[in-house]
Amino acid sequence: MRYAKPKSVDEAVALLAAEKGLARVLAGGTDLLVQMRSRRALPDLMVDCKAIADMTSIAAEDGGIRFGAATACMALVENAQFSAACPGVTDAIKLIGSIQVKGRASVGGNVCNASPAADSVPALIAAGATARIASPRGSRDVAVETITTGPGKTCLARDELLVSFLVPRKQRNCGDAYLRFTPRTEMDIAVVSAGVNLKLDATGICREARVSLGAVAERALLVAEAGAALVGSKVDNAALERLGAAASAACRPIDDKRGTREFRIKVAGVLARRAAQIALDRTGKEN
Amino acid sequence: MAKHHVSALINGNPVEYLCDAQQTLLEVLRDELNLTGTKEGCATGDCGACSVTIDGRLVCSCLTLGAEIDGKAVQTIEGMATGTELHPLQTKFLELAALQCGICTPGMLVAAKALLERNPDPTEDEVRYWLAGNLCRCTGYNKIIEAVLAAAGEMRKG
Ligand code: FES
Ligand code: FES
Repeated sequence: MRYAKPKSVDEAVALLAAEKGLARVLAGGTDLLVQMRSRRALPDLMVDCKAIADMTSIAAEDGGIRFGAATACMALVENAQFSAACPGVTDAIKLIGSIQVKGRASVGGNVCNASPAADSVPALIAAGATARIASPRGSRDVAVETITTGPGKTCLARDELLVSFLVPRKQRNCGDAYLRFTPRTEMDIAVVSAGVNLKLDATGICREARVSLGAVAERALLVAEAGAALVGSKVDNAALERLGAAASAACRPIDDKRGTREFRIKVAGVLARRAAQIALDRTGKEN
Repeated sequence: MAKHHVSALINGNPVEYLCDAQQTLLEVLRDELNLTGTKEGCATGDCGACSVTIDGRLVCSCLTLGAEIDGKAVQTIEGMATGTELHPLQTKFLELAALQCGICTPGMLVAAKALLERNPDPTEDEVRYWLAGNLCRCTGYNKIIEAVLAAAGEMRKG
């Protein structure tokens, strides 16, 4: 295996494009190094992206916060500007692994590893985040919900690199939250998870809602029906019931020792309701 | 394949080493630099025995490549005491019997130090959550948590 540490996005995508064997992007390495150790991934070239400023910085941008895809999760959690602007995404990032794993792990890696249970993904989807993807042909911005296509699979071509994310800034009367169910309180993987993002008007009526579920399908889902269940309501009990039912109805989970099918379907509704209540509380309005 | 030449600061000392691309920082520390205080429990990021800091950030050295360290500052358990004078965390671990076999201890100490640098007065809950990534099969954890809280108190007195 060879190791390269490009200093720019252009240099990185040129390395990816030129590689004849298997090239892998190294951000935090918390999934990749484990895969290499168990010989599930045997790259010929490792492209370490942590010397690229665009991929490791956090900065306010028109309409939101842009952060590099290789930024360590702890750097995001400890960034006051980020956690204030993106509370739901911060909820999710805080749940990824231990402190020392978060010292390395990145959101870009969490997304590109493409686990259906990745914590950051439903939170990013609910927040309406976009990702910037670069290649030798230029760059494109895509909605996060279009990146993962199935377990371990993304829409990225082999010469494409996920550079950064843009999370829209929370406006007045907006709130978001992320919750997951795990048997243990720490150091576990979501059995079911839910991210909810609400926008209310001045009278407390919900005008927009985005609901995303994790670990209940082959990839994180954006559930339009669940969001629609809240729009036009004051996020009261009846609306929360409709939200829960729509969330449960969207699930097509696996059935395994970590959670049965029925359990995941039921808990998806419960978590969606609870996350919506927290999101509502964060708007400062009452139902 | 040519080896990577790395210059880094380890426990404040300039160090140069050669490593293969796939060698982890943990392997470099233990096998190349003879800094065997950092332990390998799992090599998959689950146990925290390999905890070190890189530029002040707590990480698992088993999930880091040695080649990544060029130009960085690494702190390991070997850099914790000042000469023969133990760090207050080390003293409290001894006084309060916060270790038995000792394999988790370097990682616990390095992780606890990183916590106290950020938060000199953590609650018990904060200590427990911060150390959730450090596994111990001997002590049952309570003595470790007590030692960290006692060291924090000691350090606040100055
Ligand atoms: S050896 Fe690194 S976390 Fe266990
Ligand atoms: S003292 Fe033995 S593992 Fe912690």
